[in-house]
Formats: sequence, structure tokens, C-alpha cells
Amino acid sequence: MPLLSIVTFLPLVGAAFIFLARGPEEIVARNARSVALWTTTITFAVSLLIWLNFDNSTAAFQFVEKHAWIGAGINYHMGVDGISMLFVILTTFLMPFCILASWEAIEHRVKEYMIAFLVMETLMIGVFCALDLVLFYLMFEAGLIPMFLIIGIWGGKRRIYASFKFFLYTLLGSVLLLLALLYMYFIAGTTDIPSLMKTGLFSGQAQTWLWLAFFASFAVKMPMWPVHTWLPDAHVEAPTAGSVILAAVLLKMGGYGFLRFSLPMFPIASEYFAPFVFTLSVVAIVYASLVALVQEDMKKLIAYSSVAHMGFVTMGIFAFNTQGIEGAIFQMLSHGIISGALFLCVGVVYDRLHTREIARYGGLANNMPKYAAVFMLFTMANVGLPGTGGFVGELLTLVGAFQANTWVALIATSGVIFAAAYALYLYRRVVFGELTKSDLKAMLDLTPREIAIFAPLVIMTLWMGIYPAPFFDVMAASVKHLLDQHQTALAAAKAIATAAR
Amino acid sequence: MTLPALAPAYPELWLALSAMALLMLGVFKGDGSTRLVAWFSVAALAVTVLLVVMQPAATETTFGGLFIADGFGRFAKVLILLGSAFSIVLSLGYIRYERMERFEYPVLILLATTGMLMMVSANDLIALYLGLELQSLSLYVLAAFKRDSGRATEAGLKYFVLGALSSGMLLYGASMIYGFAGSTSFPLIAKALAGAGGGHASIGLVVGIVFLSAGLAFKVSAVPFHMWTPDVYEGAPTPVTAFFAVAPKIAAMALFVRAILTPFGEIAHDWQQIIIVVSALSMLLGAFAAIAQTNIKRLMAYSSIGHVGYALIGLASGTEEGVRGILIYLAIYLAMNVGTFACILAMRQKDQMVEGVNDLAGLAKTHPGMALLLAAFMFSLAGVPPLAGFFGKFYIFMAAINAGLYTLAVIGVLSSVVGAYYYLRIVKLMYFDEAAEPLAKPVRGELGAVMTVTGLFTMLFFIWPAPLLNMAGVAAKALFP
Repeated sequence: MPLLSIVTFLPLVGAAFIFLARGPEEIVARNARSVALWTTTITFAVSLLIWLNFDNSTAAFQFVEKHAWIGAGINYHMGVDGISMLFVILTTFLMPFCILASWEAIEHRVKEYMIAFLVMETLMIGVFCALDLVLFYLMFEAGLIPMFLIIGIWGGKRRIYASFKFFLYTLLGSVLLLLALLYMYFIAGTTDIPSLMKTGLFSGQAQTWLWLAFFASFAVKMPMWPVHTWLPDAHVEAPTAGSVILAAVLLKMGGYGFLRFSLPMFPIASEYFAPFVFTLSVVAIVYASLVALVQEDMKKLIAYSSVAHMGFVTMGIFAFNTQGIEGAIFQMLSHGIISGALFLCVGVVYDRLHTREIARYGGLANNMPKYAAVFMLFTMANVGLPGTGGFVGELLTLVGAFQANTWVALIATSGVIFAAAYALYLYRRVVFGELTKSDLKAMLDLTPREIAIFAPLVIMTLWMGIYPAPFFDVMAASVKHLLDQHQTALAAAKAIATAAR
Repeated sequence: MTLPALAPAYPELWLALSAMALLMLGVFKGDGSTRLVAWFSVAALAVTVLLVVMQPAATETTFGGLFIADGFGRFAKVLILLGSAFSIVLSLGYIRYERMERFEYPVLILLATTGMLMMVSANDLIALYLGLELQSLSLYVLAAFKRDSGRATEAGLKYFVLGALSSGMLLYGASMIYGFAGSTSFPLIAKALAGAGGGHASIGLVVGIVFLSAGLAFKVSAVPFHMWTPDVYEGAPTPVTAFFAVAPKIAAMALFVRAILTPFGEIAHDWQQIIIVVSALSMLLGAFAAIAQTNIKRLMAYSSIGHVGYALIGLASGTEEGVRGILIYLAIYLAMNVGTFACILAMRQKDQMVEGVNDLAGLAKTHPGMALLLAAFMFSLAGVPPLAGFFGKFYIFMAAINAGLYTLAVIGVLSSVVGAYYYLRIVKLMYFDEAAEPLAKPVRGELGAVMTVTGLFTMLFFIWPAPLLNMAGVAAKALFP
């Protein structure tokens, strides 16, 4: 059974149903909502079959599907390994909550909104399943279209500026990836990802250029300092569910790209550029945390905290050791859930008061105790409190970085303290204090629908913090294989260099 | 006296004869028969497509080697014929509505198309010129067809004066080439150059190539010979602009490829840098100049200049892969442009045709179907996957990378990002903005049909691209025996 294709294209089927819906706007909107919810829920259920049948003991690609597509070495090739599988689950897990979070918040053009989200889901899953570079690029780039529309149509006041910035910035990053892809096709005669991972395909100099081209794309997507500036704008203007998808899944494509392409295909260049990436990572961690401290807008603050957390991820990846890479993957997964949840928390109060200005809030603990508790948990997880998912990834990336470079680890650790500062400061201003403003007093606590959204996220955050072993079991074999390959490639390159001398 | 073998030229003969016959029909029955003549013209074009497709696969020459029928030509001819047929269908409503209903209109398109087929099949500088002039003269008249409109006559006159200038340059170049190579026939020129020992060509010949390229660059509207394009596109009646944007572009591009690669393929290093510069400038100008446009026809003019720049990358690479890239690009370009112009022709407010980019505001609310299709065309023109336009660029850039033209490829992708901005602006207007005055409903049937067909091609091309890719591959091979 082509499980991966089913999971990938199931949302598209749902989108087609919604597209065909006709009738009065009220009814179409209601049907679109429920079709979208059902589709995403079923997709999640089916995607769990992938995890259930996943073989933890091998690093090989599983559930492989391969069909002729464009001919001459470019095929429709799908498959997952320990690195990509969990991202597929993360995507399908979060989608139903995105639909639920948009249930009442989106009032106009509901039909188009749901279609855009379902198409987006297909493309995101496709990115993580693609085992062909052209297929990957297709999914990676096509995702810009629905996101552009989501920000531009349903966004806030400066939505047009934000949507253009998002689209053009990301496109600029990834066109160079296209040229690198064509060069690799020219050299290797195929765009098959497993074939391209064979070592020794590209010379040292070619690796440098190719690495830089891939880096341009993934660094923008990640986003790394100093090309992160599209992210705060996009986050602030996007509707709540759009922010969740951006933070939880789209950003992870950058980190996934480094793991899937940069490290195994260009090992020499990756080693060469590691100090460069370390530098950008620690700058991101410290700078973004400090910037987050002075934000007046809740979403912007969380956006900058995302930039900082992604700094830990790149740092861990380029430490080239088990702790660093496993930590980076785990950090991406946990950040996906925690930052998604934080944006949902902002969405809850935004739906009630229609402002994200921190100063407009205060004292919510008095009349919204459930909300305060949930927000507290995710704030603590964002800081990296032991017992939450945020702690595990951060600790491991720091351990990994410590082995590679003590100074990097030292500076990055200061980021943890800054994180505590900005996150707690945000929490204090919103939740504690006197409840003075009359419109705040009228705000109601979480509705059953909102509790239904948050409960699974709370459980996941705690599970990932208390018993993270199942996640590491999945990725262990693949990460080990990745590192072994990396060592072999470096050794081979060193042998050639010695022989040349 | 024996007649030359006519079989390779059957499609051209048939088209020319049907143009005459339809002309007579029109003369006898008067302007009331325009609709009939138009539909007959479409039928004649369809029959021509059949005649082209049914030709034997081998390469044949006739008329003493002046005329060549090969796979490359057949691919281009089918595209041209489709472009012409679509243009006639698109103009049906317009010519009635704008009181342009004269039977000469479809006949002129047929004559121009005959000229284009001749151009594509030219195997000699003289045959090239014959085809080119038949095409150009018909196009000058078409540009000024709305004769009581000042803008249209101005466009026609501009086109005529500049077109005559470029024909002059082309002729001058041809005479230089004849003088230095000793022949006007493409294969004989190639032979003369190969005999010279594969070194550099004589300076006189290079000057000849420069003038020839300048004349051809004018016809495809590549920078720095593009100045006529925006004015003519804007001034000419919209269905004529739709025709200009597609069929003559494809014909001139195919002619450019054959007239450069067949005789001068051996001395690529002498002309390659010309094409590289022309291509890079076209892409950059097309991207930057379109940003400030407020008239959608003018915007499409700059867009077409940019797209010619991309297609020329394939010629600059000078390889079989490059030619294949050009053919794929032209096929996709045809679909995108015909579709876009169908949308432009559907832009009416009350009883008035409108051309302002801003008139599209809020289209997603009033015409959701048309907005979706136009958005698909815009994303496709910008080259965003998975739409067809991306694959056009993909194969062009692949040829450039394989030929080592890295700088040109980088300029190409960067200008495509700039270009994306103005295509996105149209999507933004349709989807993010509110309409000041919504466009009239409903969209005419034939426009809707053309939009839908080309739109589905653009959106679904990625599912099964193999047939077009293979056909283009076979066609490109014919040029490199």
C-alpha cells in the first residue's frame, strides 16, 4: 500500500471536495470547516500507521515508492527515514488544531481558506517524504503560493507588505538551490536523493559552491540571522493558524534541509563552514533573545524567540555528533509543538480583544485561570524548564556544541537565561498584575473547543519532556548512519589530500 | 520542365490556397460573412496542423534546397498554428463588439501564419526573407486594423517604420554573409565555414552575423531592439496583441535558432557572447521595467521581453539540450500567454473594454473562476512550481548549466525573482484588494473555454510532462543531424 502517497495526497482530496461545494455562503462555510477537520484528522490517523509500522533498527529509507515521472533520472520517489518520519507526524498532528483554531476566527472566504490549508498540508508532507531533489524542490517552492495567499487574504493590517516580503525573500533564497540542483543533475545524471548521498560525488570546490547555494535557501527558511527579517513580519500579520504552521512546520524545512542535503552530500564543505554556522547561530541566539525582550507585540516576541531557538538547532546540527544532531531534531519537534501552542495562546486572547499589544493586557489570571495555567506551561516549555519538551532538545544541542566548541556552548547557554527573561516578562505583563481594564474583565475563560485544542498539546509537551525515548529510538539509527557517512567522507578527503602532498 | 517535389510544402500550400479562397468568399459575401470566414480559417488551420503532423518523420528539402521540412520545424509549426487558431477564436467577440467586423481580419492572420511557416522552414537567407516579409507586412496591417483609432494607427505606423529598419539591417547582414561565405544557403555556408578550418571567421562574416542577429533580435523583441514592443502591444487592438505575443514570437524564435545554429554552429564562440548579452539584458529589462506599468497590455509586453531573454539562454548554450529547452519553453509560453490574453479580453466594465492593471482589483470576489485561472497564469509566468512555467525555466537553466553558462543562469534566476514581484502584484490586486468598480459579467463563452483549456494545461502539466518533453527532444535532435 502506498502509505506515504496516501498521507500526502489525502488533504488534496479534501480540498477538491471543498472546491466543488456550492450553495449559500453560510452552508458552504460550515461544510468547508467540517470537511477540513475530518480530512486532517483522518490524515493524522493514517499517518500514525507510518509510525506503527516504522522499523527503528534500520537507517534505510522505508515505505519507498518509486515511479517514472520526468524521465532520465528524475522520478517520483517517496520514502522516510528516522530523520524525516517524525516531521511528517508533526505536520499531520498539528493540522487539525490549525483548522479548529480557525473555526470562528475566520469569518469570510472560509472555503478558500480551508482549501489553502489543505493544499499547504499536502505540500508540507511532500517536502518531508520526497526522495527526489526535483520533487522536493517542487513541494518546497509550491508551498509559497498557499502561504502567500493565507497571509495576504486573511492577515492583519500590513498583510500585503508581509506576504510580499515572505514570498520574495524565500523565493530569492531558493532559486540558487534550483541552479545547484541542476548542476548536481549534470554531474550525477540523477536527482535521486539516496544516490546523491553516495560519498565522493562532488569535488571539494564544487561542494563549496553547492553548499552555499543550499545554505542560501535553508538559512532563509530557518531563518538564521541576518536573513530572519521576513519572519517577524510574516508571523505578526498571518492569521493565528498561519503563524502556527509557519513556526511549527515551515521553519523546520530549513533544518531538515541541512540534515538531508548539506551534511550527507557536501561533508567537506559542511565541515569547512561549521565555524561560520556556529557564529551565525550564537549571534541569532543572543541577538534575537535581546530583541525579543523589547517587543511590544506578543506575536513578534514569539517570532524572535523562534529565531533564537532555531539558532540552537543549527548549532546542534553543525556540531557533527550524536547529541548535537539528535538534540537538533528533537528541538525542532518540540519547538514545533511549543511555538505552535504559544501562537494559539496569543490567538485565544486576540480573538477576544483583537489586539496583540502586550500593554493592553494584564491580570488575566483573575478571570481566565485555565488560560493562565496553559499559557504558563508553554511559557515554561519555551524557556526550557526540565520536564517539558523544550528542555531536552536545548540540553542536548548544548552538550553537542560543548564537545565541538566550548565558547560556542558558553555563549549559547547565556541564551537560555535571556529566554527566561523575555518569556517570563511577557507572562507577567499579560497574566499577572491588577485586572483594571473593563474590556479585559469581560473576557471569558477557555471554551470547550479551545480546551480540546490545548489538551493534546499539553500532553505532548509533557510527554516529550518526561519520556522522550520513543522519539530518540526512531532517529537513532539514521543519525548514526549520517555521522558514519560523514566521518568516512572526511577520512577519504583527508587521504586524498595527503596523497596529493 | 519538372515541378519540384511539393509534398514537404503541402501544409504551406494548403494554408496559402485556403487564405485565397476565404478572401474570395469574403469579397463575394461582404463583411456580414466575417464570422463564417473566421470559423473557416480556424478549420483551415486545424487541417494544416493535421498535414504537418502527418508528414514523414525524416528531414526533406525541396525547391532546390531553399525549403526544409524537419522535426524541428514541425514542432514549431504546430505551436504557431495553435497560436493563430487561438487568436482567431479569442477575437471573435471583440471584432463584433468594437465594430472591427471585416472579413480581411482572419484572412490576414492566415497570410501572416503562412509567412511564419515559411520562416520556420527557411533553409536559405532568401527564403528566410520571403517568409519574414510576408509575415511582417500582414502584421503591420493587423496592428492598424482598427483604422479609426488613433492609437492603433500609431502602433501600426511605428511597427512598420521600425520593422522596415530591422528588415534593412537583416538584409544588409545577409548580403555581407553572402559576400564572405559565397552562398545564401544555410548548409553551404556551414560547409564553407567548416572548410575554413574551424578557426575564427573573417571579420566581414562576423559583421554580417551581427547585423543578421540584430534584425532577428528585433523580430523577437530582445533588448536593445525592444523599443517598439510596449507601444505596439498597447496600441494594437487587444486580440491582435494576443496574436503578436504568441505566434510571431514563436516563429521568429524558431527562425533565429535555425538561422544561427545551422550555418554558424561551427563558430559558436564568434556569436555566443552577442546572444549572452542580449539574453541577460532582456531578462533584466523585462523584470525591472514591468514593475512600474499600469496598463496590463504594456505589462505583458515587458513580460514577453523578459521571456524572450530566457528562451535566448537556450540559444546561447548552442547545444541540442538548449534547443530542446527553447521548444519546451515556447510551448508552455504559448499556453500561458493565450490564457492570460483570454483573461485580458474578458476585462469589461459596463460597455467599455478596460486595460488598467488596477481594474482587476477584487476579481476573486466577483469572478472566482477567472481569478483562479489568471492567478495560475501569473504564478506560472513567474516560474513558481508546480505550474508549467517552472518547467520551461527548468530546462532552459539545465541547458545553461550544462553548457557552463553559470553567470547567465544566475542573472536569469535573480531576474525571475524581480519578475515575480509584478506578477504577484496582479494576484494581490485580485485576491487582497476590494474592487472599486467590478468587471462586467458574464465572461463570453469562447473566452472562458480558451482560459479553461490553457489554464488546465498550465496547472496540471507537472503530472504528466513526458509527452511534450519527448516531442521537444525529438524535434531538437533534427537540428543536430
